Amino acid sequence: MSHLLEVKNLDVKFDTDEGRITAVENISLSVDQGEVLGIVGESGSGKSVTAKSIMKLNPGNTSYNEDAEIILDNENILQFTSKQDLKKIRGGKVSMIFQEPMASFAPAIKIGAQMVEQLLIHKNINNDEAKSISINMLKRVGIADAEKRFNQYAFELSGGMRQRAMIAMALSTMPKLLLADEPTTALDVTIQAQVINLIKDIIKEYQMGVIFITHDLGVIAQVADHVAVMYLGSVVEKGPVNEILKNPKHPYTKGLLQALPDINNLDAPLSPIPGNIPSPLDRPTGCVFRTRCPHHNPEGKDGKIEMKLIEVEPGHWVDQCGIQCGQNG
Amino acid sequence: MGDNLISVNNVSVNFDYQENFISKKQKIHAVNNINIKIKKGSFFGLVGESGSGKTTLGRAILGANKISSGNVIFHDDERDYDLTNMNKQDLKEYRKKAQLIFQDPYAALSPRMTVRDIIAEPLEVMKITNSRQETDERVRDIAAKCRLNIEHLRRFPHAFSGGQRQRISIARALVSNPKFIVADESVAALDVSIQADILNLLKQLQTELNLTYLFISHDLSVVAHVCDVVAVMYLGHIVEMGPSRELFKNPKHSYTKALLSSIPSIDPEKRSEAIELKGEIPSALNPPPGCVFRTRCPNPGIDCKGGEITMGLTEVEPGHWVDQCCVL
Ligand SMILES: Nc1ncnc2c1ncn2[C@@H]1O[C@H](COP(=O)(O)OP(=O)(O)OP(=O)(O)O)[C@@H](O)[C@H]1O
Ligand SMILES: Nc1ncnc2c1ncn2[C@@H]1O[C@H](COP(=O)(O)OP(=O)(O)O)[C@@H](O)[C@H]1O
Ligand code: SF4
Ligand code: SF4
Ligand SMILES: [Mg+2]
Ligand SMILES: [Mg+2]
Repeated sequence: MSHLLEVKNLDVKFDTDEGRITAVENISLSVDQGEVLGIVGESGSGKSVTAKSIMKLNPGNTSYNEDAEIILDNENILQFTSKQDLKKIRGGKVSMIFQEPMASFAPAIKIGAQMVEQLLIHKNINNDEAKSISINMLKRVGIADAEKRFNQYAFELSGGMRQRAMIAMALSTMPKLLLADEPTTALDVTIQAQVINLIKDIIKEYQMGVIFITHDLGVIAQVADHVAVMYLGSVVEKGPVNEILKNPKHPYTKGLLQALPDINNLDAPLSPIPGNIPSPLDRPTGCVFRTRCPHHNPEGKDGKIEMKLIEVEPGHWVDQCGIQCGQNG
Repeated sequence: MGDNLISVNNVSVNFDYQENFISKKQKIHAVNNINIKIKKGSFFGLVGESGSGKTTLGRAILGANKISSGNVIFHDDERDYDLTNMNKQDLKEYRKKAQLIFQDPYAALSPRMTVRDIIAEPLEVMKITNSRQETDERVRDIAAKCRLNIEHLRRFPHAFSGGQRQRISIARALVSNPKFIVADESVAALDVSIQADILNLLKQLQTELNLTYLFISHDLSVVAHVCDVVAVMYLGHIVEMGPSRELFKNPKHSYTKALLSSIPSIDPEKRSEAIELKGEIPSALNPPPGCVFRTRCPNPGIDCKGGEITMGLTEVEPGHWVDQCCVL
């Protein structure tokens, strides 16, 4: 069976005044219908750039490699250039939700008008139908007085309600793939729990595929089926959520888990990963994590081990140097 | 006053609010009748959802917000300072002894000042040192304690990572040699690894410099790890307070229970155990009468509905206080 989304060997580079930045290097990912792929990593690891590539939303200074493919529904998005093609994905087959819901709404246009406009672009329906779909979707995400909210501006809603309205707008066109970039990071835990439950219900109901980006491993544990761990533009480990969180192999994944304050284990010390993330301008050769890895063998340290994912358990892939050097950690 | 550094007695903070000039004047009840004692050398945590009044209370204790009623006493070695009744000289002294670490080091640090000048500024503004040499010594000394290198001091803040910038903020807060620190969401913007590093640094500095912290955070896992006493705030009230381990193991108030259950567990096999709270925190303009949590409480008692009950803490275990209406 083919996947809903398949990203193959993707590099993303940016040309900047200081030189060419490698933001993402050689990543391969897939998402099936009804599945949530979590992407986790510290800030700057390339999570948002990866998501934006799927909608071709990266800015003008971006270059992708020739042999990369982003296949959605059997079409390579990276080959899309016409407005018509891009329209098929942005807000059509793919929708995106963000950490800051205000980014999704134009401040001076009422929420309902924006939802209707988007539907009219992507669906062959009339105004009244678009309005009723929008109001139903607002109700579906748990907004009371949906008719009233339909006629309000985004700034008039509270934070949690705005987040729901953004989700309603993203879902109203029935995308096949939802990209959620840190959608709960700015929320209180109580509201976060509401939003996570909402997203889970909706995925089940509509069988869409989801990429859920977060730096919070707890959120990953709650929503994801599969997880990809990113560091400095590379996927260093990926696999089923249980495997990654309970049987992590890569020193970076282990480091993230050890730095996390776990409420059920208050005696565990908080251990930071030593050192700092290098600038993407001096991205290490070989293993990207070698400047901070506590376990490297001499060859790994010298950058002589190429990065390459190896399957260690069914579906559980780890960068090969993570296996070679991380054995004893 | 024995082992307490700070006593907060019946403190309320209200803000005036008027929607437009013809509408009636209203009051925002940001902080209501708070009583807490912060022991010397403790790491006192304050948790609660956004808008619950944590920052307002922290600022009131620092003397940066007016106190509408009640008082705050700072028990220094030789004498007490009553914050609601201080002359200029006292206020100057108090400012040296009680400091704030900012949440967002980006916003807090001026981009045109070198790190040395940023850290030195409080010494100069408060005229604590007598010569440039003395200032430099104090700056270098505290920078080293915060694990900043000497060569960092000549640089500008934009050249630093989030964690390093947070260390600069900490050094700046500590340079006047304070006894009491309010850390308001000081690790909220940081990645887990850097967060762990900064939390360890705060702990280490606490022992080294005999500091007492009021640690404000909405992240309960962080608070559980670093704080020895925790107070849970909701809509301007403290609804539960106690030794951190006891409170996290044995929460009594419905709000604390819901809050704890909402923390996403790191175990994928433990999903959806959250006690889902409906809706959001009500406006502080019109807090519900009676128990303020009434509108969202998943299991209100029969007595709670009418709103006749009065809030107030009662001690259920030694040092463990819970709002009385939730105990009844
Ligand atoms: N200067 C002010 N004028 C008017 N209202 C204020 C002022 N400062 C705070 N408030 C109100 O007081 C209440 C408590 O706010 P506060 O900032 O203390 O909450 P908090 O717990 O620190 O929230 P957060 O987690 O978002 O930082 C809120 O309703 C807020 O809108
Ligand atoms: N438009 C751009 N121009 C130059 N560099 C960029 C651009 N967008 C992102 N980057 C860089 O790419 C890297 C990955 O960024 P991002 O995907 O935003 O990380 P995150 O994992 O935090 O979402 C970072 O080093 C970032 O600074
Ligand atoms: S090569 Fe060395 S540095 Fe890289 S992950 Fe393996 S052990 Fe760590
Ligand atoms: S007092 Fe009643 S309404 Fe308030 S939290 Fe307790 S049980 Fe719920
Ligand atoms: Mg991002
Ligand atoms: Mg605050």
